[in-house]
Amino acid sequence: MTTLTLSKSKPVDRPSVKAKYDHFIGGKWVAPSSGEYFDNISPIDGKPFTKAARGNKEDVDKAIDAAHEAFKTWSKTSPAERSRVLNKIADIIEENLEMLARLETVDNGKALRETRAADLPLCVDHFRYFAGVIRADESSISEHDEHTVSIALHEPLGVVAQIIPWNFPLLMATWKIAPALAAGCCTVVKPAEQTPTSIMVLMELIADVVPPGVINVVTGFGAEAGKPLATSKKVAKVAFTGETTTGRLIMQYASENLIPVTMELGGKSPNIFMKSVADADDAFFDKAVEGAVMFALNQGEVCTCPSRILVHEDIYDKFMERVIERTKAIKMGHPLAEDTMMGAQASNDQYEKILSYLDIGKQEGAVALCGGESAGLNSGLETGYYIKPTIFKGNNKMRVFQEEIFGPVTCVTTFKTTEEAIAIANDTMYGLGAGLWSRDAHELYQVPRAIQAGRVWVNCYHAYPAHAPFGGYKKSGFGRENHLMMLNHYRQTKNMLISYSKEKLGFF
Amino acid sequence: MDKIPRVLITEKAKEVIDTLKNRFSSELMFHQSGGCCDGSSPMCFEKGDFKVGSQDIWLGEVYGCDFFMSADQFEYWKHTQLTLDITPGRGSSFSIEIPMGIRFIIRSKLFTMEELENLSPIKTGEEVLDES
Repeated sequence: MTTLTLSKSKPVDRPSVKAKYDHFIGGKWVAPSSGEYFDNISPIDGKPFTKAARGNKEDVDKAIDAAHEAFKTWSKTSPAERSRVLNKIADIIEENLEMLARLETVDNGKALRETRAADLPLCVDHFRYFAGVIRADESSISEHDEHTVSIALHEPLGVVAQIIPWNFPLLMATWKIAPALAAGCCTVVKPAEQTPTSIMVLMELIADVVPPGVINVVTGFGAEAGKPLATSKKVAKVAFTGETTTGRLIMQYASENLIPVTMELGGKSPNIFMKSVADADDAFFDKAVEGAVMFALNQGEVCTCPSRILVHEDIYDKFMERVIERTKAIKMGHPLAEDTMMGAQASNDQYEKILSYLDIGKQEGAVALCGGESAGLNSGLETGYYIKPTIFKGNNKMRVFQEEIFGPVTCVTTFKTTEEAIAIANDTMYGLGAGLWSRDAHELYQVPRAIQAGRVWVNCYHAYPAHAPFGGYKKSGFGRENHLMMLNHYRQTKNMLISYSKEKLGFF
Repeated sequence: MDKIPRVLITEKAKEVIDTLKNRFSSELMFHQSGGCCDGSSPMCFEKGDFKVGSQDIWLGEVYGCDFFMSADQFEYWKHTQLTLDITPGRGSSFSIEIPMGIRFIIRSKLFTMEELENLSPIKTGEEVLDES
């Protein structure tokens, strides 16, 4: 039994919510056609705090129709106007940041300091980014010969389906909605079952600034609302963030309709600490220690969680002693308490799954250097889903090193050479994120190039700024979010090949 | 000597399968998902809804349902015996039990050396389709 650092602050007040939320379709609040709602449970205490509409095919079809109606005008709206709308959304989120941050914490269970400092400010910035890039965006033109000109013009795909995960409910919705709207598409969004509320409150706030039908949100279960959305022949594209089996299923549906998809799937990200990290006990060493402890950010519920620490064997003792000490200092407690550093896992099934991994890790011989069990918090949190930040020591063939646990669990192993570090880093099905820490200028370039991952953080970790493309290699998916290149995932290219010659070819 | 099954099931999970079979009037199948959000969990579908192929491994039948996972994932799982169980919870994904407020979950144990020598045979998804 390891000791646990606890928050002692009083939680801030919860924002008020309605008793239930309808779908947001065509700019209006539309009751579910079934008349049914389901409980939205807060992970803070495992208790319902509101209800969400239980959507079905009929609701989804209504939303798709509303989006098609809106597309007739939105697709022809000037970039200046689309930019204005996106900026307006950003301003409204900024004005309501504290309320939305608290609500996101209630909905998802993560600590308030994260929703205040990361989730919501990033939402604001990513809307502003796409408001900006669409103003500077250009199509291309080429002169093939003196009489022939080719214009490659962007046209929006149409109505798109966007299926959002629960780990950063508002931010992941932003990553998808902002580029789609900027590109001129209209969207039908399906938030995750665990976190259907914060986005509906956002819709209440922005309903007056977004033309009706441009954004539609239908809540419900994957099999009942997600499936009709992903299989609809009236949808031009499906964007999905989630896990591999559902990703394959959505691609299978998309193959039936011959439409494109983008997929942001799982990861098992290596965080590599080269020998030079410990050359001095200075600010950089301290930064690297924090970089290793980043596995606890968002309770580990991040696709890029640095869930494998690879550390040079010569510095293992010195480095890990500090990492363990820092991990034990993570304050757990009420997610709405301002000094809480790590909150609750998002749902009971996640909590149970993480515990099952702690079990198989121990069976396989991994040693828990800290944590390794549920946190057993009290004072009204007994029924919430709290797990101690855990570091396992083991080897890369163990299941805890290979599978995405999606909890506050990282696994450490050592390497002797750079080649071995790269081999271990790449020995995974996934390739989403990675970290490389070094003071050696050559390693800083060469090692990241050798790692098969879409994002390699070099001497930093878990930064997600707009204008840095983010997406996967290998089984982590494809598509690059957070960057203007995402616009082209929501657009067609219309090529006009124009002849200015008056002379016939002379063939016929 | 009987072959050791790779996937077992709890009584509670059997009850859920019975309920779902009735509700959907269909045979069911499972595909174990890989990482992210709701991943590393068994996904339950109506039989045939999820297309398996040469890159899937059939681990066996559990309470009348075929159980698959992707071949590369199986490489890391093959030394463990899985037990299909349920837990209360609000999962997302397209798994069909989720509206019931429960989620299928996998519990694992290591095979012993003896068991490893006597495991039930596996097939690819393609071979399973060819046979049916």
